[in-house]
Amino acid sequence: MIETVLTIIEPYLPIIKTVFAITCIGFGCSFALAIAAKFFEVKDDPRIGEVNELLPGANCGACGYAGCMDYAKAVVMDDAELNRCAPGGADLTATLAEYLGKTAEAAEKQVAIVLCMGTNDAAKCRFEYNGIADCRAAHLVGGGDKACTYGCLGYSSCATVCPTQAIEMVDGVAKVHPELCISCGKCVTACPRNLIKLVPEKNTVHILCSSNDKGPIVRKVCTKGCIGCTMCVKLTKEEESVFMDGFLAKIDYSKEVQNKVIVEKCPPKCIIDTTINN
Amino acid sequence: MNILKAKFKIHGGVHPKYRKELARDEETKRLPLPDILRISTTQHLGAPSKPVVKKGDYVKKYQLLAEAAGFISAPVHSPASGTIKDIVTGTGASGAPVTEIILETNNTSDAELTGVYPTDEWQKLSPETILNRIREAGVVGAGGAGFPTYVKLSPPPDKKIETLIINGAECEPYLTADYRLMLEHPECLIAGIQIICKVLNVTEAYIAIEDNKPEAIELLSKYLEDKKIENIKVSTLPTYYPQGAEKQQIYSITGREVPSGGLPADVGVLVENTGTTVAIYNAVIKDLPFIERTTTVSGYGIETPSNVIAPIGTPYQELIDFCGGAKDDVKKIISGGPMMGFAQATAETTTTKTTSGLLLLTAKEISQFESSPCISCGRCIAACPMNLMPAELSQFCEAEDFESAAANRVMDCMECGCCAFSCPAHRPLVQHFRTAKAFLRAQPKK
Repeated sequence: MIETVLTIIEPYLPIIKTVFAITCIGFGCSFALAIAAKFFEVKDDPRIGEVNELLPGANCGACGYAGCMDYAKAVVMDDAELNRCAPGGADLTATLAEYLGKTAEAAEKQVAIVLCMGTNDAAKCRFEYNGIADCRAAHLVGGGDKACTYGCLGYSSCATVCPTQAIEMVDGVAKVHPELCISCGKCVTACPRNLIKLVPEKNTVHILCSSNDKGPIVRKVCTKGCIGCTMCVKLTKEEESVFMDGFLAKIDYSKEVQNKVIVEKCPPKCIIDTTINN
Repeated sequence: MNILKAKFKIHGGVHPKYRKELARDEETKRLPLPDILRISTTQHLGAPSKPVVKKGDYVKKYQLLAEAAGFISAPVHSPASGTIKDIVTGTGASGAPVTEIILETNNTSDAELTGVYPTDEWQKLSPETILNRIREAGVVGAGGAGFPTYVKLSPPPDKKIETLIINGAECEPYLTADYRLMLEHPECLIAGIQIICKVLNVTEAYIAIEDNKPEAIELLSKYLEDKKIENIKVSTLPTYYPQGAEKQQIYSITGREVPSGGLPADVGVLVENTGTTVAIYNAVIKDLPFIERTTTVSGYGIETPSNVIAPIGTPYQELIDFCGGAKDDVKKIISGGPMMGFAQATAETTTTKTTSGLLLLTAKEISQFESSPCISCGRCIAACPMNLMPAELSQFCEAEDFESAAANRVMDCMECGCCAFSCPAHRPLVQHFRTAKAFLRAQPKK
């Protein structure tokens, strides 16, 4: 009987041997892996993954870390501040604080703003530029075609880098839509003229000019430029919310402008209130 | 005969329309002293010099206006006597903001020479004294970049200079200032070369001239023969752009290739422009600081193309008026040569020690095209004298992948413009590389 079975399976013997050998090797390896997993185990905080899930996943880098996962790691392992995530805002800070059982103060929501009103009608051009449509390239050609050496060149380098398409070019000047802005700061570094600043969202009054030239020079090149008349500084004397930096008036963003009459009084009308004229 | 033909042929290069006939036969004229000079403190490469005069000061001709502010910097001297009206911020030829000293001139001839160097006995001076004199005179490279000459003439001690090349190629179209200088003042040029030879202790010198200037070649070789000067030879180069580029010229004459990112001193060569050499002659033998230079005013847009000696700080408008004024159909004003010069937004810009030309070009001389995508024809690669691949590099730049551009040696690009000149798709290749280089230079070094 056994002999009959053997004669039947004899041609298949090599296959059977191979299957048996491979099964043994498989078991052996899995056993080794099981031991290795036990010995070399890396204790990973499960919270990192969960915090990463809570983060918006924009990977914008506004927090100063290499991406959302990196920030999640820093929050859990290195006690990084919970309010660094700009796109997440105050809600996320609260959620993170609750999840991690910590207290955290929400960071002020900031938005980017372009400090220039030199639209095609307002600002003059010095020459005809027909090179690459990129602000950095245009800036290198004789300092750019705008007659004002401080103003927005309008070749939309900031709009190109914006991850949320929050920047639109209006009449040759970049304009930020604050509701879309996640304050990642990419546009701030992209602008070769340093025209874009991150400012607290609660401040609604802005001086939209960056020209540090004297009044007569500004007048020659742009109808909307700050002429350094200091009227706004005088009108806000008590609250000290506007100050002069050379020949340019600037808002002190740590204070809020109370006397909003400066918007109306500014001779070149370069002060705006976003709640009124947006 | 002491005329040598260049042995080696560089890769690439282009043949633009030279149009040198406009001004080549015009004898150099001296510009009457303008009433107002606006002297920039950025006349050279490196740190802008620091003004030592203030508003209201009376200065004499040749008096120091601004001193060197660092090792790579050069002093600036007053080209005329007059009163300092103001010191303001203006715009340089490249468009960058510069500090300008505004001088109201008063045509009197009270001059103040700085040194007490013997004039005819320069051979007895030590190399250090000569070098010092060159530094005090504010001599900088007159070819375009404006590298301070005394820095160039003091190479590191481990690098021995064996060969001196005087660059008289003048490969940029239109420009004839160096050509006129060679024709009109061969004695200054040769004496200048001998001074440099003494400073560097070099025995072998070549005057490199493109073969489209046979008169200059003949004149200089005859002059050398007459004076029995053996160690200086005239080397003729085939005419094409950019034969006047330092690295290309060294290869043409010596067959040595300057390593990527290196200096000519690495292969034992030093290249000096003809204008600079004459400035060295003036500084050492005549004791004159660098206060004026020959500028070619040319192009179809000017009434009488000329070669003009103008003091530094002359507004371009003065030069244009002196040459009969601009025609109505001028489309573009360029400071320097048409290939590498800077287009100007206004004629109020002033000349510097590096202004080799002022071109008023009409519509038929310039090209304005819409650029289109790369068709991968490879003409730019064939034209690049630095053996780069402009087509590929520009695509890296367009994608803002500046690291890949750097890995493909974008920093070796000398912005000669051969690639953009030969591109049938009219791509702004050089502008891409300039942007990439500016970006890479701004990055912190690793």
